[in-house]
Amino acid sequence: MNGVEGFMYPNEVELQWSLLIVLYPYITGLVAGAFILASLERVFRVEAVRPTYRLALLTALAFLLVAPLPLQLHLGHPERSFEMYLTPHRSSAMAMFGFVYLWYLTVVLLVEIWLEYREDIVRLAQTRSGAARWIYKALTLGSENVSPASRRIDDRVGYVVTVIGIPSAFLLHGYVGFIFGSVKANPWWSTPLMPVVFLFSAMTSGIAAVLVLYVISMKLRKTSIDMRCLDTVAKYLFYTFLIDFSLEMLDLVQRTYEADESFRSLDFMVHTRLWTSQVLVQIFLGTLAPLGLLAMTQLWKFAEMVRRRLYVAASVLTLVGIFAMRWNVVIGGQLFSKSFLGYTTYKVQFAAREGLLPAVALMILPFVLFFALVKLLPPWEKQPTEA
Amino acid sequence: MDTTRRDLLMQFGKLLVLTGVAARALEKQGEAPGPGDTYHMAEHWWGMIIEIDKCIGCGNCVRACAKENDVPDGYFRTWVERYQVTEDRDHPIVESPGGAIDGFPPTTRTGIKSFFVPKLCNHCADSPCTQVCPVGATFISPDGVVLVDQAYCLGCRYCIQACPYGCRYFHPEKGVADKCTLCYHRITKGLTTACCEACPTGARQLVDLKNPKDPVHEFLRDNKVQVLKPYMATGAKVFYKDLDVAVR
Repeated sequence: MNGVEGFMYPNEVELQWSLLIVLYPYITGLVAGAFILASLERVFRVEAVRPTYRLALLTALAFLLVAPLPLQLHLGHPERSFEMYLTPHRSSAMAMFGFVYLWYLTVVLLVEIWLEYREDIVRLAQTRSGAARWIYKALTLGSENVSPASRRIDDRVGYVVTVIGIPSAFLLHGYVGFIFGSVKANPWWSTPLMPVVFLFSAMTSGIAAVLVLYVISMKLRKTSIDMRCLDTVAKYLFYTFLIDFSLEMLDLVQRTYEADESFRSLDFMVHTRLWTSQVLVQIFLGTLAPLGLLAMTQLWKFAEMVRRRLYVAASVLTLVGIFAMRWNVVIGGQLFSKSFLGYTTYKVQFAAREGLLPAVALMILPFVLFFALVKLLPPWEKQPTEA
Repeated sequence: MDTTRRDLLMQFGKLLVLTGVAARALEKQGEAPGPGDTYHMAEHWWGMIIEIDKCIGCGNCVRACAKENDVPDGYFRTWVERYQVTEDRDHPIVESPGGAIDGFPPTTRTGIKSFFVPKLCNHCADSPCTQVCPVGATFISPDGVVLVDQAYCLGCRYCIQACPYGCRYFHPEKGVADKCTLCYHRITKGLTTACCEACPTGARQLVDLKNPKDPVHEFLRDNKVQVLKPYMATGAKVFYKDLDVAVR
């Protein structure tokens, strides 16, 4: 049969979860990672990362709004998807994810952003004219009190929301890992490490994304980059990525040493069909290379310009590496037969419903939303007073 | 010899009783146990027995299933695999051309163990596929059959991923998960499944594990049986007699 090597159960030849399902954990990971970076400033008082705080919140929101779209596009009956909220099946990891998502979006992210921006929104509602004025008026939710006392309350509530937000962000992405890690039928997915690996890879990709967006935003605005901030963010990226990589290697060592009945099949797959995406792109290009670059910046003192370039290069490679990791989990987990006797092939279509074109569009959309959010809620409004 | 009216009545009576007994026996043999005018789900717990050594790989079951259930081309509610196993049980040669809908071409290999393994949904009592469904569109009926409510299924395909046996597929026209229903529309009317009916050797038999009179109890007592991938702990209810260790 076309693209099949060895024996697959006849219904297995066709892959069920496509490129769009690769995007879903990737995008959700960026959300969780960006939020955790934002919470560093808020909860752990890492003042150095303050310039990225609002940017990280907006990044998280832009990506979170897009996160369900690849799933919707993938469903056979998207019009029924709301049933997940109306009649959820409590034993289903996927059904419960719907609630985790909703909790995170409404209780954590929107509240935190609103509290953070409340003063700005009120000011903008009073200073802008025309339609913008009405938009900001609506965003005040009827509260125009920005007295120091009310701001203190905002700050305190915001703190509590962030404290709740950290475990929520962990839950959000750890849960995505659980959706895969709990499928006992699939040995490539089924490991208790999966939620933890997903979580740390999410943090890694989220931090990298905020770093890149921060540098690009500053370049576009022709504003100087706060190097203390960039150095700190890069340091966090390095440490988080080290933990992520160690966990993945732990998983690999465990699998290799245990060598259960699936091992030979999975090992063959990694050496053949997944060689490029797993070994070359994910491990060498997307993990060892950025870790090497980041390690260099920790070991030696480079000039600002060099550091900046090294950080951006490492972050871009990290984003490629984590995308490859999602690909290898989602697609890799469907390339081998559950009989462990054969392998199938996945060919990405171009203009199909689950093809490359909608996938690219879905990856551009968060940036469009991010741009719109930055226009609506300028993240640098406060900087001059704080600098 | 003169035949009295009394003798005639006796003969006729005997004939009537015998015919009745024979008709009852035939009825029991030919159809699934537990039929009746009204079907009570709570009184049944359906499963299947498959005798590997009786399967001749003719593909009748696959064809009958496809016809009965309007299975789309290239997808399978049931299929048959041919195993050819040398002493190296880790590397069996396994084929299922077109799910064996047209049977198998003759093999040229000699000196190896060769046998057929019919496969279908195991209608697991602890089914991982129903566990993961986000809306409960796939469920275990009270009589132990794993079904999909096609008017409710989102088509997320999580259940297809969760099935360790590859028994589910995504219906290309309906956009929902589809699978063997154990011919639920037939068994609830007292009939057997299309695949069991079409099997020329009786290799597949529908069984009702809740019916104390079902021969399955004797069968399970007298024979060594196995389920597929027992380590998956799915509570599979398709029992295989003479299942080889090479079978996955």
